[in-house]
Parts: sequence; C-alpha cells; structure tokens
Amino acid sequence: MTATLERPPAAARPVPRRPARWAPPVVVIALLLVGWQLGVTLSGVAPQVLPSPLRVVEQGWANRAALWTNTLPTLQVTAVGFALSLAVGWVLATAVDFSPWLRRALLPLMIASQTLPIIAIAPLMILWFGFGLLPKVLVIALVTFFPIVVGLVEGFARTDREASNLLRSMGASRWTEFRYVRLPGALPSFFTALRIGITYAVTGAIFAEYVGAQAGLGIFMNQQKNSFRTDLVLAAVGVSAVITLALFALTFLVQRLVAPWIRR
Amino acid sequence: MKISVRDLQVSFGDLRVLDGVSFDVAPGEFVSILGPSGSGKSTLFQVLAGLLEPDAGRVEAASSAYMPQKDLLFPWRTVLDNTTLGLEVAGMPRRAARAKAGALFEPFGLSGFEHSRPDELSGGMRQRAALLRTVVQDRDVLLLDEPFGALDSLTRTAMQEWLDEMRARFGWTVLLITHDVREAVYLSDRVLVLSPRPARVVHERTIDLPHPREVTAAAAVEVELRGALR
Ligand SMILES: Nc1ncnc2c1ncn2[C@@H]1O[C@H](COP(=O)(O)OP(=O)(O)OP(=O)(O)O)[C@@H](O)[C@H]1O
Ligand SMILES: [Mg+2]
Repeated sequence: MTATLERPPAAARPVPRRPARWAPPVVVIALLLVGWQLGVTLSGVAPQVLPSPLRVVEQGWANRAALWTNTLPTLQVTAVGFALSLAVGWVLATAVDFSPWLRRALLPLMIASQTLPIIAIAPLMILWFGFGLLPKVLVIALVTFFPIVVGLVEGFARTDREASNLLRSMGASRWTEFRYVRLPGALPSFFTALRIGITYAVTGAIFAEYVGAQAGLGIFMNQQKNSFRTDLVLAAVGVSAVITLALFALTFLVQRLVAPWIRR
Repeated sequence: MKISVRDLQVSFGDLRVLDGVSFDVAPGEFVSILGPSGSGKSTLFQVLAGLLEPDAGRVEAASSAYMPQKDLLFPWRTVLDNTTLGLEVAGMPRRAARAKAGALFEPFGLSGFEHSRPDELSGGMRQRAALLRTVVQDRDVLLLDEPFGALDSLTRTAMQEWLDEMRARFGWTVLLITHDVREAVYLSDRVLVLSPRPARVVHERTIDLPHPREVTAAAAVEVELRGALR
C-alpha cells in the first residue's frame, strides 16, 4: 500500500497502483543480481565456476542465434507433451468420475507412475523410442499429467450433493449433470492444477533433452557444460525460466477467456 | 390429490428418519411443514422429488419442481441462464427457454438483472431467482425447502408478502418446509407439524383466514402451533 498525503475526494475511487504489485519481486531480483555481481567481482572467482550475471547476459546475447535455435525445439516438445498430458488427464479424470470401478482401478496406478524415478526412465525412453519427439513428449506427459488428473477428479468430486439433487430433480441424466454442474464446477481446481503442471512442463522437456536430443535447451546446456561455458548454461537456464513464467501467465489469460466467472 | 403419502418410512442405515408419515395435498393448496431441525423434512422432499427410494409406504406425487435449501445459483451462468436450467435440461431450445423465463423476471422483481452474475444479486433476489428457476418448469407442485431461511428478517417478511401475492396470482400448489411458525401461519391453507426424528405428523391445522393475513388474527393459531412443536 502506498501512503498518500492528499486524500482523493470521497467520490473518486482510488486507482489501484500497478507498479506496487510488481515492485516487490523486481526489488528482490535486482538485489540478488547486484549481490551476485559484487560477490563475483570482489572474490575474483573463475567464470567457469561462477560467471557474473552481466557476463551471462553478455554471452547469452552474443550467442542469441544458438540459444534461439535451441529454444524452438524445446518449446515445440513442451507444447506437444503438455497437450498430450492435458488430453490424457481429461480422459482419465472423466472416466474416473463416471465409474467408481475405474477410480479404484486407476488411481493407485497413477500414483505409482509418480514414484517412477524420471532420471532412470528418461534414458530408457530414448532407448525404446529413439531421439525423436516421442520419448520427450512422453517424459513431459508423465511428469505433468498427475496434478491435472488429481485437480480434475477432486474438482468433479467437490460438486455439491444438493446441486446433483437439483439436476436430478429436473430429470437430468448423469451425463447432463456432468456437463451442467460437475464440469464447470471443477474448472477452478483445474486451473490451479494447470498452473502446477505447466511449471513442470519446461523442466521436464529440458530434462528429456539433457539425456539425449538433436537440439533443444537441454542438450545445449549439456554441451556448454562439457565445454565449461557455465555462462551459457546459465543463459539457457534464464531462457527456460522466462518461458515457464510466460506459460504460467498464459494460464491466467486462458482462464479469463474460458471461465471469466472464477474469482481470484 | 396432487400428493398423497401413506405411512412413509425412511432410514439411513440405523437412523430412522421418517416413521409413518401420512398426508395429502389438494390441487391449489398451500401446505406448510413445520418440524424441528434434523427431523427429516428435507428427506421427505427428496422422496417426493423422486430422488430417494423410501423403505416402505405409498407415495403418489404429481410432477414436482424442487427448490433445495440452498439457492444453488451457479456462478458460471448469468441469472437468466440459471433460471432456464430446468427447461434446458428438459430439452427446450435455449432461445425458447430464455423467452419463457425472461417473461417472469418482471413479476419476480428481477428486471434488469437478466445478464448479471448471481453474486451481484442481494439475498432476497437470489431466492427469487431460485424460485423462478423452480416455477418456470411448469410442474404440478412446487416443493420449497426453507426458501427464506437464510434471509434477514426484514427481507424475509417482504419475501413472504411477495410469495403470498404470487401464489394468489398464479394459483400454484405449494408444499413449503419452514422453521418459522409465523411464516407458516401467514402463508398456508394448512400446516403439518412433524415430531422430532423419527418424524411423523403430530398435528394438523387448517387455517382459513383471509389473505393477506393480519398479525392479530394469526396470533392464536401461532400459539397453538408453537404448542404442538416440541
Ligand atoms: N444421505 C444421508 N445419509 C445419512 N443420513 C442422512 C442423509 N440425509 C439426511 N440424513 C440424516 O437424516 C436426518 C434428517 O435430515 P434432513 O435433512 O431431512 O432434516 P431436516 O428436517 O431437513 O433438517 P433442517 O431443518 O436442519 O434442514 C438428519 O439426522 C441427517 O443427518
Ligand atoms: Mg432441511
């Protein structure tokens, strides 16, 4: 909150000050960067160990063409993998909502899938499915579908019993009840799950590429690490952070379009 | 008879909720059900609305429109589209449903709020919208489960006067659940008093005072019903 000396006239609504919302993270990030820069400069640590943030930006910019050509495949893999994850998540969650039998059959399996160590599975995927799109897409789907399924299943289940009764008293079938009440009622919880899932998507893509790919931020990081270009590894990390933030922000945009009634 | 219930029994596991409830509702009649909290009033409505199978007893009920205890207006629909829900579920095309429900917005005091979101309505308006959603389905009987229970007393009184008028105007057959003795006396042709759980009808009172009812004339009936309601 900003304190003002002059109060606005009672009729005027105080205008929410946008910079105030962005200020805290910007200040914190700026302080961290300044501290990092000073620490590196004063200690004289070798750039192969820890480059300064200025050097990371400088070298990142100098290598922007390479960064860009490696960003595109990562974006593509992320989009395809996350789309698959969404499709699988909706199908599974809907099936589970309609059939208690399927719920009992599938939920333990899905939970078990989350205990698979990705670090061991990813190389196997490449062994089985080669260096193409498929293994990476599968890794992303594997790490992101679970929060989506759980979010949807719990969203469906949270439907008010009385709301179900109301629909049934109107003569609604189970499917009609699903369409009119359970599905829209689950959207707030779906969008929360979507945000959790999407933050794993880019990391999942990079991880899959790290293990083996022809191009992508993951393989780029791996190569730069092997030639001791820590600055370029960090530049690629910066790019992936920006992508994740952008995707995160995108979920709010989609939410406003699809379900403008959800209050934040 | 629009509704005829004989010796109705309902249990949830070991919990006996309705224990031999019997009553009738005639066409055009306004009948209130008074009963302590947890006595099984909502359960009775679920049986009448066909949502719950009774364990024993005979139930003959004309088609009914059910207004649950909560208003259950859905935030993802506009007020108008909330009121058309029953019509849409019954397969009426959206345009026709909107026209039909829209025509009731004026008598229901909701004009101008067709395209608002439910959370923009006051408590009384929300209840009127929920009632509109119930009424517009054109069923033979209205089952109203404590429609004004959640309202402040000023709004509640206004809503009771309004419901009294609407009912005279449209000639609805109404079965109303309430905790409010005064509300029952003000609105009803007949009042049924239920015992605490397991519920049966312990008192029945026909009220043939003219509408709108005077507080003083109704006071004696109110005292009698309070006595029956333990
Ligand atoms: N589906 C259910 N399963 C188990 N018990 C139930 C179920 N529905 C209601 N009950 C129980 O049956 C009893 C009667 O409930 P009901 O909702 O019919 O009471 P009520 O008279 O409407 O109460 P109130 O005035 O508080 O609304 C309560 O003890 C309640 O806990
Ligand atoms: Mg009740």
